[in-house]
Amino acid sequence: MAQMNMIQAVRSALDVMMNKDKTVVILGQDVGYFGGVFRCTDGLQRKYGEHRVIDAPIAEGGIIGASIGMGVNGLRPVAEIQFADYIYPGLDQVVSELARLRYRSGGEFFSPVTIRTPCGGGIRGGQTHSQSPEALFTHISGIRTVMPSNPYDAKGLLISAIESDDPVVFFEPKRIYNGPFDGDPNKPAVSWSAHPKGEVPEGHYTVPLDKADVVRSGSALTIVTYGTLVHVAQAAADLTGVDAEIIDVRTLAPLDIDTISESVRKTGRCIVAHEATRTSGFGAELAASIQETCFYYLEAPIERVAGWDTPYPHAFEWQYFPGQKRFAAAIANVMEAA
Amino acid sequence: MSTSSRLHVPHPSARPGEEPDFSYLHLAPAGAIDRPSIDAAPRDIEHLSTELVRVLDDKHRAVGPWHPNLDPAELQVALRWITMNRIMDERLWQAQRQGKISFYMQATGEEAVSIGQGMALRPGDMCFPSYRNQGLFLYRGVKPFEIMCQCLSNTGDMCKGRQMPIMYHSAKGNVFSISGNLGTQYPHAVGWAMASAIKGEDHVAAAWVGDGSTAEADFHHALTFAAVYQAPVILNVVNNQWAISTFQGFAGGERKPFAARGLGLGIPGIRVDGNDLLAVYAVTLWAAERARRGGGPTLIEHVTYRGGAHSTSDDPSKYRPKDEWAAFPLGDPLERLKQHLITLGHWSDERQDALEKELRAEMLVAWKEAQALGTMIDGPQLDPSTMFDDVYAVTPPHLEKQRAQLLALED
Repeated sequence: MAQMNMIQAVRSALDVMMNKDKTVVILGQDVGYFGGVFRCTDGLQRKYGEHRVIDAPIAEGGIIGASIGMGVNGLRPVAEIQFADYIYPGLDQVVSELARLRYRSGGEFFSPVTIRTPCGGGIRGGQTHSQSPEALFTHISGIRTVMPSNPYDAKGLLISAIESDDPVVFFEPKRIYNGPFDGDPNKPAVSWSAHPKGEVPEGHYTVPLDKADVVRSGSALTIVTYGTLVHVAQAAADLTGVDAEIIDVRTLAPLDIDTISESVRKTGRCIVAHEATRTSGFGAELAASIQETCFYYLEAPIERVAGWDTPYPHAFEWQYFPGQKRFAAAIANVMEAA
Repeated sequence: MSTSSRLHVPHPSARPGEEPDFSYLHLAPAGAIDRPSIDAAPRDIEHLSTELVRVLDDKHRAVGPWHPNLDPAELQVALRWITMNRIMDERLWQAQRQGKISFYMQATGEEAVSIGQGMALRPGDMCFPSYRNQGLFLYRGVKPFEIMCQCLSNTGDMCKGRQMPIMYHSAKGNVFSISGNLGTQYPHAVGWAMASAIKGEDHVAAAWVGDGSTAEADFHHALTFAAVYQAPVILNVVNNQWAISTFQGFAGGERKPFAARGLGLGIPGIRVDGNDLLAVYAVTLWAAERARRGGGPTLIEHVTYRGGAHSTSDDPSKYRPKDEWAAFPLGDPLERLKQHLITLGHWSDERQDALEKELRAEMLVAWKEAQALGTMIDGPQLDPSTMFDDVYAVTPPHLEKQRAQLLALED
């Protein structure tokens, strides 16, 4: 075991897979010589050569489109989109091509592309470096949408993603690259070294792409969330003293609804939470799925904690970010309801 | 020039009721353009992108440095493929008019592109076609029967009923799946070619788009990536003058040929007579050999004419002169190849008539066989529960649940 932050864990996953499978290649802006703007591919070009860790032109549609072609020709590309906010010029290649190639060709063609992309706010990124567009991808049939919340899961899920013959969009919450974050920007930064999930095996292992994780057991209510907010939810539970069960969804689509339903049936109360904007956010899908399976067990309406329905504002980042206070208010609502 | 700024809205040279006018097309006599060495520097061969490479002259003789010296027997085979393409298109057009299939697109007038390029490429080279490249599928071993089953969405459909007609694919024949969204296959071809180079193989990729689709971002992404990585890829623009009702000027073809699109990136362009099978074959062979030997991409513009409607859904007499094709100075690729073979003494009108009769009978048999596997109206039907297959490599629980819900309703 080694201590790793999420950047090191992602890099370790890429390293393990490039070493194990010579068809794995990396393509993206600044991923090669420089090692990525967040350093996730640092050293990999020196180790595996510039034919396998390839700096790309600034054209997200080209990066994803070329990756699809590489995948059709027997490679296993890992494309990096530098910020999730930049993925939109490549969206048609994801929606109309990558996601549907296997289906439309009757199973004859497929392309096992993994798209890695840093997402989320809390880094003073303003409206073009803070977005969480994961819900868009959960709406596309044929794609697996993943967002880890810690180094151990990041490595295990990324290895699973690369090994999967399905296309995967892999969101990396950049606020927690270097340490868990409880939602309070005024506290000193915490590193992953004190966190149990900062312990990461150096070799190959996988975390399954179809399994949510119960990160904290409780009996009073269930908080269903993913990414950075997993840590904020835990802090909010501590703050309020409510015996909350917290579920880290990890893979948003296809969704492990069974693990979530089992918890909500037990607690009878539920909050769904994400950093992305509220309306048509993934929380809407979670709430709908939970009421389908748990309606007669619910003691209170399902509450949503989410980003406001505005662009991510630079100056008002911490008023926008769903922090502990917003969780506490939602917890109070859910617990008070008869 | 006007002293005030103005918005230029392109207009085609002729609309319905007007005289066809192709004076805008820059032509060159057959044999007039040099054939540079395959390792020529892009800056030394820029003229190929604005001239017109032609082999067949007005007297149907093959002339000049691009003359590929194909055997008459090979040319007869090429003529057979072109004729088959045209007759299959006629059969399926009628099938749509009879209500047997929902949609169809003919390649009439531009068959030499698919057949000539199919002949010049090796089986291990990968093709990323557009929707008017059915000739490529035929040439690479897909039977008319299989094409017909796809158009019928029947129990023999390679797409398992998931795609509208004409969206074929052939993994066996190395022809990629047609998307339906335009130009998306261009960056795929470049990525495929990059992988070929990464793996140290000498296979090349080839992709096709129409003049209209050159306006898509994917076209430009692909050119950039192809140039940056010197990918072994042949990027084809089939300029058939019309994108449904908008002429090629709406894709920016009024001032510069499409073959010149790559010059700013250092991609050699060749503008070729797309209705001259020998010229198409020769330039494709040149580009393929250049790519195979590490010379990088080539952009080829095939100057041709869309002889028919865009698809079964539009009526071209509403937007262009009815007799425009007859006035097209580069003629009909089938007729030109036939006349060339006749000039060589290796073909005749009688043999062509016999060939057409034979192929019509063959298509009728194939059509009957395809219909026996079902149409959308009658006969055997696909199992709707298969619609949940192939969304993922292994069908996940939520789709199995939806499949069960569908089956419960079907009972």
